[in-house]
Amino acid sequence: MIRFEHVGKRYDGGFEALQDLSFELEQGELAFLTGPSGAGKSTLLRLIALLERPSRGHIRVAEIDLSRLRRRHIPYLRRRIGMIFQDHRLLHDRTVFDNVALPLIINGIADHREIARRVRAALDKVGLLGRERYYPVTLSGGEQQRVGIARAVVTRPPILLADEPTGNLDPGLSGEIMQLFVEFNRVGVTTLIASHDLELVGRLGFRRIGLCDGRLDPDVAGGVRA
Amino acid sequence: MRRPTPRPARGAARRQRGILARMRGGLSAWLTAHGRALLGSLGRLARMPLSALMTVGVLAISLALPALFLLMLQNVERLSADWDRGASLSVFLGLEVESSRVQELADEFAQRPPVQASTIIPPEQALEDFRRMAGMDEALDLLDENPLPAVIVLVPDPGLDAEALQVLGSEIEAEAEVDTVRLDLAWVERLQRISELLRRAVWLVAGLLGLTVVLVVGNTIRLAIQNRREEIVIAKLIGATDGFIRRPFLYEGLWYGLLGGLTAAALVGGVRLALAGPASELARLYQTGPILVGPGATGFGLLCLAGIALGLTGSWLAVGRHLAAIEPK
Repeated sequence: MIRFEHVGKRYDGGFEALQDLSFELEQGELAFLTGPSGAGKSTLLRLIALLERPSRGHIRVAEIDLSRLRRRHIPYLRRRIGMIFQDHRLLHDRTVFDNVALPLIINGIADHREIARRVRAALDKVGLLGRERYYPVTLSGGEQQRVGIARAVVTRPPILLADEPTGNLDPGLSGEIMQLFVEFNRVGVTTLIASHDLELVGRLGFRRIGLCDGRLDPDVAGGVRA
Repeated sequence: MRRPTPRPARGAARRQRGILARMRGGLSAWLTAHGRALLGSLGRLARMPLSALMTVGVLAISLALPALFLLMLQNVERLSADWDRGASLSVFLGLEVESSRVQELADEFAQRPPVQASTIIPPEQALEDFRRMAGMDEALDLLDENPLPAVIVLVPDPGLDAEALQVLGSEIEAEAEVDTVRLDLAWVERLQRISELLRRAVWLVAGLLGLTVVLVVGNTIRLAIQNRREEIVIAKLIGATDGFIRRPFLYEGLWYGLLGGLTAAALVGGVRLALAGPASELARLYQTGPILVGPGATGFGLLCLAGIALGLTGSWLAVGRHLAAIEPK
């Protein structure tokens, strides 16, 4: 589903964020991306969604060679990827309902009842049914993150990418959030989660891709399956 | 993965129906997307009524000014066309010409090909007119006898150009009993030159004010884009196309243009109403038709269309320039 072949990313000024990185994530797989801050976890996720282009190597996502994807086709790639951020990235002047409905509207779904049905289904999955009319600021950090997750899954994308989704949460809430990802993965969503919470990741027992200074960490299972 | 769409079991006709249904679905999605952007952008204007009103006010004035100038120009041209048609030759006869001879001369002149009609102004009437118009009652009373000669006013064919008119004038002037012929032409020509000058000036000013509308809308949309930067970034992250992101801003420009145009139309109507009294008074004095003719429904329609076109242009420029610069980081 996601395949990196000798991928490198070099920023202006010479900083090598990623070097000669190769690994593959099968369809329906869940993996954690671990490593210290600055190891290149975020950069790796950003390359998958084409928020940035790699300097070297090839990336394939859902059988699409990203280096051949034209700029105007990027939105359609992103619609197949649900993205979750540490800072939620919600629209604070819109209700929870409107935030979650946004991807459906972007996808061109016109039927209001269809939108309402799918937004409620997504909010139900993350346990926030009944909070549709709230504004994000009135919710706790964990709840806001759940809204972000509902927004990412409402279009049922085949791929989920999460960048430190539990970075600001206490251990109890972190566990609950991670459990949500495990549930989505169970219904076949390919999931890649960047996290530095090694203890939590170890407890869940999924595959780990370790990064260190922009390379695969040989001490972790790395590119091969655990 | 996208779920496979249910395929028609068999038959080309059924498959075609499926395609048609999907096209209809696509069309309705397109319409919904545009309708949403159209109403959404109007809603955003309504949520900040004060700043929207101020922008609309600037646009309305910028649109109303050239509209008023054009209207003025139109009226001047209409009036000068009226006067143009009234271009005539005033034939001043010698003082010694008897009044019976005046009638003969008038008939004779009327026979000439380019002349349509001739009218006699006998000296007594001329004096009376002079007295009434110039307010020179007392001065005229000092005169022992009427100093004014008989005048024959010749109305030439309407199509006659200035040169032919001049030829006709010198022919008649050559007659022994004619003192002078005055062509009431010079001022018509001058008026035409003036209105040509005015027309160019008005279009220049209209162009500048139109540019003002484009710049004001462009700047307003640029601010709107900056205010919604975060929203644009998030929409791009979620997979919004450039078109999806562009649309509400373009419609916002369209609304500004339309509202500006409508307000400008109201302003023009108001100004005309305010001037209606003095204008009809003036028209009565000069015994012409109505002096101030309004722009009419077509004019108001054009004003709104111009507003929409300029508003869209402004937002298009702002969107093209500033949206591309916003990429998710």
